[in-house]
Amino acid sequence: MAVNDTLEGTHKIHEEAAAQRHGQLMPLLNDFSQELTTLNLGPTHPATHGIFQNILQMDGERIVSGVPTIGYIHRAFEKIAERRPFYQITPLTDRMNYCSSPINNMGWHMTVEKLLGVTVPKRAQYMRVIMMELARIADHLICNSILGVDTGAFTGFLYVFQEREKIYEIYEEVCGSRLTTNMGRVGGMERDFSPVALQKLRDWLKTFPAVMKEFESMFNRNRIFMDRVVNVGPISAEKALNYGFTGPNLRAAGVDYDVRAMNPYSSYEDFEFDIPVGTNGDTYDRFIVRNEEIWQSLRIIKQALENLPEGPYHADAPHYYLPAKQEVYKNMEALIYHFKIIMGEIDAPVGEVYHSVEGGNGELGFYLISDGGRTPYRLHFRRPCFIYYQAYPEMAVGTTLSDAIVILSSMNVIAGELDA
Amino acid sequence: MNPQESAAAPEAPVAEDPIKVQNARVLALLHKLFGEATFTDVEEPHGLLTVTTTRERIHDIIAGLQQDQEIKFHFLTTMCGINYPENEGQELGMIYHLHSLTQNIRLRIKIFFSITDPVVPTLTDLYATANWMEREAYDFFGVIFTGHPNLIRILNVEDMDYHPMRREYPLEDGTREDKTDLFFGR
Repeated sequence: MAVNDTLEGTHKIHEEAAAQRHGQLMPLLNDFSQELTTLNLGPTHPATHGIFQNILQMDGERIVSGVPTIGYIHRAFEKIAERRPFYQITPLTDRMNYCSSPINNMGWHMTVEKLLGVTVPKRAQYMRVIMMELARIADHLICNSILGVDTGAFTGFLYVFQEREKIYEIYEEVCGSRLTTNMGRVGGMERDFSPVALQKLRDWLKTFPAVMKEFESMFNRNRIFMDRVVNVGPISAEKALNYGFTGPNLRAAGVDYDVRAMNPYSSYEDFEFDIPVGTNGDTYDRFIVRNEEIWQSLRIIKQALENLPEGPYHADAPHYYLPAKQEVYKNMEALIYHFKIIMGEIDAPVGEVYHSVEGGNGELGFYLISDGGRTPYRLHFRRPCFIYYQAYPEMAVGTTLSDAIVILSSMNVIAGELDA
Repeated sequence: MNPQESAAAPEAPVAEDPIKVQNARVLALLHKLFGEATFTDVEEPHGLLTVTTTRERIHDIIAGLQQDQEIKFHFLTTMCGINYPENEGQELGMIYHLHSLTQNIRLRIKIFFSITDPVVPTLTDLYATANWMEREAYDFFGVIFTGHPNLIRILNVEDMDYHPMRREYPLEDGTREDKTDLFFGR
């Protein structure tokens, strides 16, 4: 049977099924006369790395259509945020892209600072850059090593996971937690880098490049790996833009859009770094772009660490920045501000602001509308995963099931960010 | 004060601020393409040009901006619904963020309409990415997008019978008394 026949046949089946099912949950069609099989991939399949479901129509090994279902871990963050003071929204942002929580935290802090008109001191901005780039490396490391696992190469994953563990140790020294970091405050960082944190960071900067080189040498020109990923799930630049792709997935398609370069925030204009781009947007390009971004992030971290300015690590914004705990016990003003901030008694100015940062997966935007109360009137998260995951059926159709898994993991769809 | 002076005084710094110049350019383009009467409430909160228009024109405007060769608003960054229950006849709204990647200009377009007739033309024929964004707005706010190929709930369960982001549904049960805070008035 020709592929075109099959596709037309599938469309017909879908139309008939849609007419018949009247709002039933999902089509369950095993039409053996057409030799098509319905395959339920997910929601909790170990190969999908997260909770999302795809109902695939298969013609043998080929996928002829796919219907994604999302929302399995929807937690209504936008609704919850309407009841919370700004500082309580930071933990919500942690849980979006939990592979790179610090970027989400900083993006949110910067949004609020833009609304309040608070300028953060240079040192805090550089500290934020260091943490954000560490988060980007951790994020890309997970994505690329998992892609290796999905193609059958487990070693690389175990190898770089040790490095991710070291990054998490640095997080731990800086903010006290590892995965959902709740790092920084509106107005700066909650504490300065400790000597231990700086030492860990310097040590890691020394050891990591060798590991990364070895990881790359295992994959980049590996015949078996390339056979699995080259020309798998390509997407053209026009289509990627039309689908709202951002981040490494868009750059792999050849568009050099990077929020850090186009709308620099947190002093990114001070650093020198390249924006790697791919050519045909396939899985291999996405892999290589992420690898190269890891090197660029390392460059940024080194520059930021070398030129880390002296000075305060937070803005002088007592209405929004929590005072040091020791002060709260001794100092009247600190006690008052502590109380007012914690009880959410400080009203934000009226206004609306859109701020975006380059997250692990692309443009992570925060659209905040404040009506002058203690909480946002409306907060909308532009979540890159949610926006580009809708292209997945189109990319997967025509490939085999094993390729579909590889495409999914190379897109780095994080369920928390997808569902918010 | 002389009214002419007060009108002229803020103009002098306006010409120097590059963001204001850019926004004036975009606004002039909007007026040229779609007429001045189409846009109300022109604002620039934090440097991002924001215009309000009507739902009858929104599809034409976004299609026209996508076709436009001067500024090239090719990228639909995001869209979201909003609910202002106190605005009689204009309770619901949709907010679109467009981005010109070639010239790095952002534009925000708002439309408002009645909650009893929440019908808006779809953008899925222009942007593939509008598909899920509109499903999300439908799911949360009950905005009906005419012409959408598959307007069903996306994040919430399918048998939910209300649109939870509307302000009429409080996050917590308003009848509960154990959480009343007498001292801070919430």
